[in-house]
Amino acid sequence: MIKHLPVLVIAIPLLAAIIIPIAGRINRVLSWYIATAVTFICFIISLSLLQTVLNEGRISYWMGGWEPPFGIEYVVDHLTVFVLIIVSFMAFMGTVYAKKSIDNEIGPHRTPIFYAIYLLFVTGLMGIVMTGDIFNIYVFLEITSIAGYTLIAVGKKRQSLVAGFNYLIMGTIGATFILLGIGYLYLMTGTLNIADLANRLPELYQTSAVITAFAILAIGLSIKVALFPVHIWLPNSYTFAPSVISAVMAATATKVGAYAMYRILFTVFTPAFFASLGFQVAHVLLVMAVIAILAGSILAVSQKDIKKMLAYSSVGQIGYIVLGVSLMTVTGLMGSMLHLLNHAVMKGSLFLAVGAVVYRYGITSIEGLRGMGKKMPVTMAAFTIAALSMIGVPLTVGFVSKWYLAVASIKVGMWYLIPVIMISSLLTAVYFWRVIDNIWFKAAEGEEHGHGHAVSTGTKAVEAPLSMLVPTLTVAVLCIVFGVLAFAPASLAEQAAMILLK
Amino acid sequence: MIEIILTKYNYWIYIILMMAGLYTIVAKGNLIKKVIGLNIFQTAVLLFYVSMSKIEGGTAPILMKGAEVLYDNPLPQVLMLTAIVVGVSVTAVALAIILLIYKAYGTIEEDQILEMNKHND
Repeated sequence: MIKHLPVLVIAIPLLAAIIIPIAGRINRVLSWYIATAVTFICFIISLSLLQTVLNEGRISYWMGGWEPPFGIEYVVDHLTVFVLIIVSFMAFMGTVYAKKSIDNEIGPHRTPIFYAIYLLFVTGLMGIVMTGDIFNIYVFLEITSIAGYTLIAVGKKRQSLVAGFNYLIMGTIGATFILLGIGYLYLMTGTLNIADLANRLPELYQTSAVITAFAILAIGLSIKVALFPVHIWLPNSYTFAPSVISAVMAATATKVGAYAMYRILFTVFTPAFFASLGFQVAHVLLVMAVIAILAGSILAVSQKDIKKMLAYSSVGQIGYIVLGVSLMTVTGLMGSMLHLLNHAVMKGSLFLAVGAVVYRYGITSIEGLRGMGKKMPVTMAAFTIAALSMIGVPLTVGFVSKWYLAVASIKVGMWYLIPVIMISSLLTAVYFWRVIDNIWFKAAEGEEHGHGHAVSTGTKAVEAPLSMLVPTLTVAVLCIVFGVLAFAPASLAEQAAMILLK
Repeated sequence: MIEIILTKYNYWIYIILMMAGLYTIVAKGNLIKKVIGLNIFQTAVLLFYVSMSKIEGGTAPILMKGAEVLYDNPLPQVLMLTAIVVGVSVTAVALAIILLIYKAYGTIEEDQILEMNKHND
């Protein structure tokens, strides 16, 4: 049983996704219980895999007992568990949160199907992380994407349909490019196993087919992680998706895209490949990352809708993740991976907090948040913690990853990246301060003309329901926990980065 | 030059098909046409995989005892079965979303939909 954990983490949600619609026919609430239990089990399995990896190192699971280059191999190493824990934890928090939120946003009669697709989405994400076979990455990517298109399209407003459709077009183009790139790699090497590819590719580095494969894969992956010029599917998708989907997708989908990027850039290809090329791939990535960081932040400043603001801010934060990759050093990759975790908890709790406001008041405009600090103090406290963390205040997670990225850029002599990080942090402070100002320091509409303090007690504190409050707070508290106890994820990220760079 | 085109014509066809698909996705405003473009785009990759599995003089990979036979590589074809399934699922989801878009907006022309989104937000 313990030996089969790497495959169970995918098989359990996959089977549950089939069972849930049937269970939903008996009783709708049953579907939620199954989904919660399954995501919780996945989280526990991830923790147990973490323990195994820390004690014994890399796990290699042979699917059906076939030896790796011929059969499909599942690989669990430090990087895998790092991302796996983020995905399974956020998925679990998402299901707990979804109960009230989803009933309200998509209607109770559609919930069983929703949870089934949600679990397919999670299955795909975990599959990408676990597999050691490059074609499997494509298949799981499509499972998670197709589920993702549907999850976005079920949003309350009709714009969500258009957002889902646009994501479908972009996502499929990206996935097809990845498929084509895999085809070129297979054409040259005759293998699909990632470890085997890494062994066979070095002698073919100079061939134009391998260079083409790399270029095509890079384009496909950029679309999937929503790197700046090809990010256009992301803002509307996050804005019009149901709240819980915005939170879970922001926290997991692009992160797993970044994981696929790490694997293909550093395990399939290697820094030696980049060195053998005529031009500096790292510099191209660096420029793209810097543009993404600045453009994402600037676009976020100009938004009126809070969910759209958070979505554009995600575009900027993805820039940070790619920035760490482009430095191609252990510290840079550490910063990138830590930002993966940190952005997941920060953006997760921000979207969850906004979702609570949507649930109670149906408001998504920044103006509409006026006086919300009095109405929903706990939710807004969680929002504020996460917002401070996004800015990068010390003792929060945002500071840790920006620190590592800054140190890494000084180490490689690119001191000019420090102002970029500073300017972006400043812009982040600008757009979050606008929100925080509205929440805590401005009176609610209709109140400012009232008769002073006596009347304003009329606005009772109507907090979000407990099942939404607990996940929001838990994730928000993690923003501080991982900020103070940064050594725990940092040491894991360091080992993962060393494995990637050998 | 002509020799390169003629001996590897299947690869050229895949490139032309792929670009035609991509052009349709970008240039056409009708959502159904976009999906058709997407299908052509995906199908081009199928052609690429299948052509690379074909060996000159090769035959279907069914084991024949005794005879010295050259087999085609069956793996890319198997992979493409998966890719076809993926393509069908994407098309199904896309058409379902288009149907809902038509119900919500009364049109499947992209510019009209964007216009409506601009007005009543």
